[in-house]
Amino acid sequence: MQIEADVRARQMMKRKISPMKTQEWLWGYIFVAPLILGIAVFYMWPVIQTFYFSFTEWGAFNKYSWSGLKNYERLLQDKVLWSAFRNTLVFVVWSVPLTVIFSIIAAALLNQKVKGLTIYRTLYFLPVVTMPAAVSIVWKWLYNGDYGFINYILSFVNIKGPTWLSDPKFALYAVIVVAVWMAIGNNMIILLSGLQGISSSYYEAAELDGAGPFYKFFNITLPLLTPTIFFVMVMQLISAFQMFDLIFMMIGDKSIAIESAQTVVFIFYKYAFLDNAKGYASTIAIVLLVVILIITAIQMRLQKKWVHYE
Amino acid sequence: MRATGIRTTNRTKLIIHALLIVGAVLMMIPFVWMLLTSFKSLTESTHVPPVIIPKSFNFDNYTKAMVSLPFKTFYFNTIVTTAAKTIGQLFFCSLAAYAFARLSFPGRNIMFILCLSVLMVPGQVFIIPQYMIMKQLGWIDSLQALIVPGLFSVFGTFLLRQFFMTIPRELEEAAKLDGCRYFGIYWRVIIPLAKPGLVALAIFTILWSWNDLLWPIIVNTSMEKMPLSAGLAYLQGEHFTNFPVLMAGSILAVWPMILMFLFFQRYFIEGIALTGTKQ
Repeated sequence: MQIEADVRARQMMKRKISPMKTQEWLWGYIFVAPLILGIAVFYMWPVIQTFYFSFTEWGAFNKYSWSGLKNYERLLQDKVLWSAFRNTLVFVVWSVPLTVIFSIIAAALLNQKVKGLTIYRTLYFLPVVTMPAAVSIVWKWLYNGDYGFINYILSFVNIKGPTWLSDPKFALYAVIVVAVWMAIGNNMIILLSGLQGISSSYYEAAELDGAGPFYKFFNITLPLLTPTIFFVMVMQLISAFQMFDLIFMMIGDKSIAIESAQTVVFIFYKYAFLDNAKGYASTIAIVLLVVILIITAIQMRLQKKWVHYE
Repeated sequence: MRATGIRTTNRTKLIIHALLIVGAVLMMIPFVWMLLTSFKSLTESTHVPPVIIPKSFNFDNYTKAMVSLPFKTFYFNTIVTTAAKTIGQLFFCSLAAYAFARLSFPGRNIMFILCLSVLMVPGQVFIIPQYMIMKQLGWIDSLQALIVPGLFSVFGTFLLRQFFMTIPRELEEAAKLDGCRYFGIYWRVIIPLAKPGLVALAIFTILWSWNDLLWPIIVNTSMEKMPLSAGLAYLQGEHFTNFPVLMAGSILAVWPMILMFLFFQRYFIEGIALTGTKQ
């Protein structure tokens, strides 16, 4: 009797669960529907469309027609684009390590329980909240060849500074300095929270063995911080590949230095919206996507070699 | 022994402060220079050697910037766009994030993974089709063009989902016993408990929306519909060499975000730390 009642109760439960389940499904779909719809229309479908556009040629009034692999052939021979890829690579290769190194140093210094931590943190973080368009204008003025503050400082040590931003030799590197200056605060905060997650017992044990601050930094802090460093590096790399604002505002289309400083995204913008070559620009976007995916995949592979997960 | 120990720590402290101060000065020079230049006269700004402190502090350059460009309109466009995007993202992302974190329904994981894959794609891949959609809708040069694509965010959904996962389930069970159903749990339990996550998302959205340049210069080329960032780019074209006016314009564009950061600093720091730990 007891068992029978049990079974019956369980069956009743089951019958009760299934309408509840469908209700949960229904609410699940209702909750995700607006977002999924928005993402599908504005993000997923555009990926497919851009892929399609990369095989088309555009004429007046945004009319386009199928052109097969023509854009990809053009891309292989486009010297300007290759130089833009080289510029982007130079930008990435300099800006990412410099940003990460300076951020680690700043975070490590701030983690020493110094007085005035909040003041330093605020000052270091200010560039992050400042509009890149405005940052560009200020730095343009600082870099000015005749009246700029930087050349004024250099004149104290008898160096005649160049016209940084319009000099093809210096323009890209001048922008790299600004990019690093802008990014340190953000990465520093992430790294600082990573540092604060390291248990003090490691340090206490090392101190008992008589370890100095440098030994502790290189043998405890850095290895245990590698997961955070990895995260920061991946994010920084992805955003460095997409540099646009600073090049657009600080150097601009009309400068004589633009050829040696324009990035892939700048050239993408130029083709798509100034020259109305949206088909070819789509091809560039697709190639950029592939490059970013490959580099991220390589990083994921390499992380096993140097990232220590506890 | 002890005395030397204290002395070395004092010396290290001094070195640490020295390094931090050098860093802080380097970070601050552009801001100080921006502020000082915005008060200089044109002749002062092109004086060799440079005039560090302007003779008189008046707001001439600010009035000049405001007269040559409709800054009031820029403020209006930027504030409306930023507010709409923030409210939209908070609502749409939190609803979806709740479903992804707590409800089970067929296709949930596939939808979530599809959304995440969008995160890997650089923005340029979306931009041309997004522009075409705006064109087809007749939204070029309108506030909708600035707002609508930014109402939905995969990043925001992911951030909130990770945050919702950390909320103990027992709290929902209690609410269920009190007769709360799905929307009730979302609204009465999850949202109040997820305030730090929601604040973090709001801050990111506000910051990105306020500072974004590429999308506004693509869709809105008429001055009446420009946000501050695009307005600054335009101002640079107009007053190419008048740097005091350009600096004044820059200050007009950046002070709201700086002020917001100074007031809500704790939330900025916590929000950014959150993105680092909730990978």
